[in-house]
Amino acid sequence: MKGHVFRPLWVTLGLVGLIFIARYFIVPPDFGIGERGYMYGWYRKGNEEEWKAFKIKHNTMQYCKDCHPDQSKKIKASKHAKVQCENCHGPSVDHPEKPQKLNINRDRELCLRCHAYLPYRPARYAELPTGAITLKMQEPDQHNPGIECVTCHSVHDASFK
Amino acid sequence: MEVHGEIWTLKELFVYPNEYIYWSIQIVMYPFMTGLVAGAFVLSSLYHVFGIKELKDMAKFALVFSFALLFAAPMPIVLHLQYPFRGINVFLTPHFTSAIAAFGVVFFAYGAIVASEIWFFYRKHFVEVALPLKEKRDKTLLEWIRFIIFHTLTLGAYDISEESLKKDEKAIKILAGIGIPVACFLHGYAGFIFGSVKANALWMTPLMPVIFIMSAVVSGIALCMLTYIVVMEIRKVRLRSRRRPWMVSIEEVKGVEISVIRMTAKYLLVFMIFAITLELLDLIFRGYTAVKHWDILRTVIYGRDFTQIFILQYTFGNLLPFILFLLPRLSIRRAITGLLLVLMGVFMMRWNVVIGGQAFSLTLSGYMDYILPIVPHNWETFKEGIGGALGILIMPFVLFWIFSKIFPVFSSEESH
Amino acid sequence: MNQSRREFLKTGFKTILATGFSIGVFETLRPEVLAALKKEEGLRWAFVVDTTKCIGCGMCVKACKLENEIPYDVNVTRTWVERYVMTKDGRIYADSPKGARDGFIKNDPMGVTVKKEDIDKGFFVPKLCNQCENPPCVQVCPVGATYQTADGIVLVDRTWCIGCGYCIMACPYGVRFFHPVYRVAEKCNFCYHRIKKDMKPACVDACSFGARLIGNIRDPWDSVSRIIKTERTAVLKEEFGTKPHVFYLGLDSIVR
Ligand code: SF4
Ligand code: SF4
Repeated sequence: MKGHVFRPLWVTLGLVGLIFIARYFIVPPDFGIGERGYMYGWYRKGNEEEWKAFKIKHNTMQYCKDCHPDQSKKIKASKHAKVQCENCHGPSVDHPEKPQKLNINRDRELCLRCHAYLPYRPARYAELPTGAITLKMQEPDQHNPGIECVTCHSVHDASFK
Repeated sequence: MEVHGEIWTLKELFVYPNEYIYWSIQIVMYPFMTGLVAGAFVLSSLYHVFGIKELKDMAKFALVFSFALLFAAPMPIVLHLQYPFRGINVFLTPHFTSAIAAFGVVFFAYGAIVASEIWFFYRKHFVEVALPLKEKRDKTLLEWIRFIIFHTLTLGAYDISEESLKKDEKAIKILAGIGIPVACFLHGYAGFIFGSVKANALWMTPLMPVIFIMSAVVSGIALCMLTYIVVMEIRKVRLRSRRRPWMVSIEEVKGVEISVIRMTAKYLLVFMIFAITLELLDLIFRGYTAVKHWDILRTVIYGRDFTQIFILQYTFGNLLPFILFLLPRLSIRRAITGLLLVLMGVFMMRWNVVIGGQAFSLTLSGYMDYILPIVPHNWETFKEGIGGALGILIMPFVLFWIFSKIFPVFSSEESH
Repeated sequence: MNQSRREFLKTGFKTILATGFSIGVFETLRPEVLAALKKEEGLRWAFVVDTTKCIGCGMCVKACKLENEIPYDVNVTRTWVERYVMTKDGRIYADSPKGARDGFIKNDPMGVTVKKEDIDKGFFVPKLCNQCENPPCVQVCPVGATYQTADGIVLVDRTWCIGCGYCIMACPYGVRFFHPVYRVAEKCNFCYHRIKKDMKPACVDACSFGARLIGNIRDPWDSVSRIIKTERTAVLKEEFGTKPHVFYLGLDSIVR
């Protein structure tokens, strides 16, 4: 019984061994060091694919125009040319199957996001292909409060009805 | 639906939208408990390694107590995790650039050292219990259980000859020697977890690990002393109720008790001086260099958290017990008051680091207030509220009670 | 002896010169320029935020929350827009109510109505994950549940995250939070699922004002990398050494 001194050591090593065995069974085989090295790239490679497979919800005007060519042409020619359909109509995910109709947001608050007057809101709008224009802004409390903007305004051609 | 942390966070002025107090009471408990482990072990090693004879009684006790604390120390983290069962991932795929992962390994190593040391220490006792049971025929069920437990504990090493016991003693010495740096390392890592977060203006300082080690030792010694007193008092009560001439007398117990306490108090004072010096150095340095974030830190330290830092931590947690211990003729009652204050002070230090570090926003122009959940209304507010914290506090004592059934911590006939 | 000493001094001198020279060169080049200079094949995503164009409509935040399944009514968000208003008396008002999910439709920074004539300057600053080149959030993850891909995007493995929150603490930009449903660390990933399919991130698409742009910083002809190289861009909290890859045009010293 000379080696009794080392018994705790064997127990410890046994536990370490157990961890390694558990590691073998539990850790996915693609877990390892990626391109960014151990410090920034120690991960399960398969997770990248999982994120890539995440479902796209906003398909952009590119997608809308196929079925709604008139509307998209109209808006493209207007001062709202750079406003995505989905900004007001909501994400087009699974439309037209699952939601056959999208839930359109006609709230005054939605329009005010851009068109409420704030002293520090940039007034020059430079994104139109036809050149820069002034961003139309209104004092929300003075400009027909309580009425939805779409009562008088037409959104798709950015004009009056 | 709420995000984790929103329920106990109050925001003021400009705070980023995603900022909440994500690290709550359990993260305060975590360095507090680890500190107690490390401190208790250092205390026991003072005797084993440096041969400080006066600490002998305390050392034996501190060792087992640090073993009990060892099991309680990771519990706060487990309660804090959103996925407690995935905690094992820290051992499966450790990412050593993280202080927490490194902590896992150090903690494991440390646990192994303490367990081995205890094994060497009480091996003789295990054998003495197991041997007669082994030889005994037709054991009762209880005896069987007892035998199996103690047989396992001997690890099959039944040799308790003079020679092998000598070896045990040597092993203890070596283990205690390795144990001191590992214990410091362990708790230094707890400090590193905070000190290395460069995003946090209050946490980021290289002094953090050292400060943590010092206050760890302080709290560990204080808790050991306190528990020691409590246990001794219980023994006195027991002795009084059933006088048996062959057992030690009350006077004897009393005498041992006060001398052990006075002796240990000296070491407590030394470590307290280190801890306070470092903390003040850190504070002064921050004020003097006054970099970008000092503006907001100042408002937190001298304003919003003044009571927690200067009243509770420094005055009641440091200054007052300091005076109490320095005054001559330390009595048990005074010691108890001082020790409780010291423990409170160290707890407040952890609190002021963890919660104080989140009291201001990353924007450096907003504040967050932490409302400790007292009445729980779901699992989360229980485990990260006062209930969970108290549970963690009680745990080591329960464990110690169980362990003291197995190890003869207080037997007057020495195992060594 | 003498000979070898002279040799030693000579080579030593040369080495010092050489390192000095190369350090000098490195110092004059910004990392993003260096990256492009290295002419590395491949891809490294980078973002440009033009704060001068942002009008604070918050459409990006709305789109992001819907696109990335962040519960709409919970007060966390992968991207947000901040409003800064500085008045003539030197006061700074900064806020981002609900992360600007509903935009800014009232002149009430921090709940105060500031008069136009009192304002020195005011602007909006969109924020998102910087996909740092040295992400401290990744460095501190104890289990390897968050990582950076070869093209520079920092992702979170939802099956492996233990929910310790260390990464949330380590990000100097307040980008991360716990997902209210999955209870794991959550963050902006430039809509990894979209950019990998040749689409733009949802926020970029949703922005009608061209304030958000994404591109490949390693491609010298990419429009975004042209902006980064030719215009006066800045990054947030450079002092942390995280090397952010979201570059801002029109950043101000009051931006936090
Ligand atoms: S911005 Fe924050 S979350 Fe994003 S990569 Fe940098 S440190 Fe990580
Ligand atoms: S919360 Fe998850 S991703 Fe973040 S550090 Fe912890 S384990 Fe890693």
